[in-house]
Amino acid sequence: MPSLDDLRKRITSVKSTQKITKAMKMVAAAKLRKAQENAEKGRPYSEKMKNIINNLANSITEKETAPKLIAGTGQDKTYLCVVMTADRGLCGGFNTNICRLAKVNFEKILKEGKTLKIITVGSKGLDQIKRDYGKHVIQKLSFKDRKKISFREAEEVGKIILDLFYKNEFDICLLFFNNFKNVITQIPQAQQIIPAKKEKSSSEPAADDFYEFEPDEDEILENLLPKNISTQIFKAFLENAASEQGSRMTAMDNATRNAGELVEKLTINYNRSRQASITKELIEIISGAESL
Amino acid sequence: MSENFNLEIISPDEMVLKSEADEVSIPSFEGQMTILKDHIALITYLRPGFIQVSTDGKKEVFFVEEGIVEFSKNNLLILSSTVINIKNLTGAIKESIIKESTTKLNSNEINDKERYILAYKIESLKEIAQ
Repeated sequence: MPSLDDLRKRITSVKSTQKITKAMKMVAAAKLRKAQENAEKGRPYSEKMKNIINNLANSITEKETAPKLIAGTGQDKTYLCVVMTADRGLCGGFNTNICRLAKVNFEKILKEGKTLKIITVGSKGLDQIKRDYGKHVIQKLSFKDRKKISFREAEEVGKIILDLFYKNEFDICLLFFNNFKNVITQIPQAQQIIPAKKEKSSSEPAADDFYEFEPDEDEILENLLPKNISTQIFKAFLENAASEQGSRMTAMDNATRNAGELVEKLTINYNRSRQASITKELIEIISGAESL
Repeated sequence: MSENFNLEIISPDEMVLKSEADEVSIPSFEGQMTILKDHIALITYLRPGFIQVSTDGKKEVFFVEEGIVEFSKNNLLILSSTVINIKNLTGAIKESIIKESTTKLNSNEINDKERYILAYKIESLKEIAQ
């Protein structure tokens, strides 16, 4: 049975923890709104980009000459996995969910006897992955010191991936990130970015899409596809940022509630033992007086 | 009938411009190009230069480094990660871009295509000053 003093200390400590989690929740909520806004603003760009690429890909007639980024290298021996996580913890299952999905995929790739290469973006993912797959990690990136993630950062990551691709370091590139659905739900996702998966063309008939290309299709595609990689990564960055804040907000909300419950329980305990000690003292006094 | 068509300029961060225009001139990779209403469907990409948008006699100018353009059914779409309204392109920013590009141009690590693009970038930026 803890003493009264111990209980009192415990209550104060839980209360101050609660204050911290509450503050973190508020901050996350404010940041979430901004991140969500950014994610929404960024959506038209990536969508329109996808449309244009679809239009282009549809009009390419000779498949042999198609750029490698869309056709692939014709092999699937080496996988490059880009795992995008946050730089900060205390955001519930956010980082763990991505890593778990990534690890399932790693396992599958290795089981099939294929080579695995990993690039981690964000320091938290690295911490979780390096224990089991440390020797596969070829590069670790972190943008902790940047104030805001802009398209420039995405381009940096894209450039690294493209350089590796042109050096024939890998055949297939997978991107792991959390897709922001709403504040409570974030879905970890694996997306193949190289070779670009052709999306099913929309219901619009392709017949009336006669485009004039200047210069020709192949050249445009060659120019556009690397840009598309950066766009995809940037989209993943934005989705991740929104997911991280959403995840943190729910986690901190839960923590605050738990702390509240704990304080209540402890207070009841405290009051009980205080009452018990008073009763005990009274009994002692009364029985002492009676014996006289 | 109005001679306007829809114009959207989008950067990864935001919608830069969404309006109607009657004449847009763009620095296409193979040369300056002006788009009017009912232009044939077109896809092309850009080199550094200026996008000039004119709507009812009013003119707006943007500086771009690269981008992709799609025109179909009187909708002009410009995607670029580097769009700057000329009004916001002040001396200091401009100077720093010029300096950066010049050092890159003088290094030997770039190929002809990059050289071509960089040369255009510097040239267009210097043009603003005049």
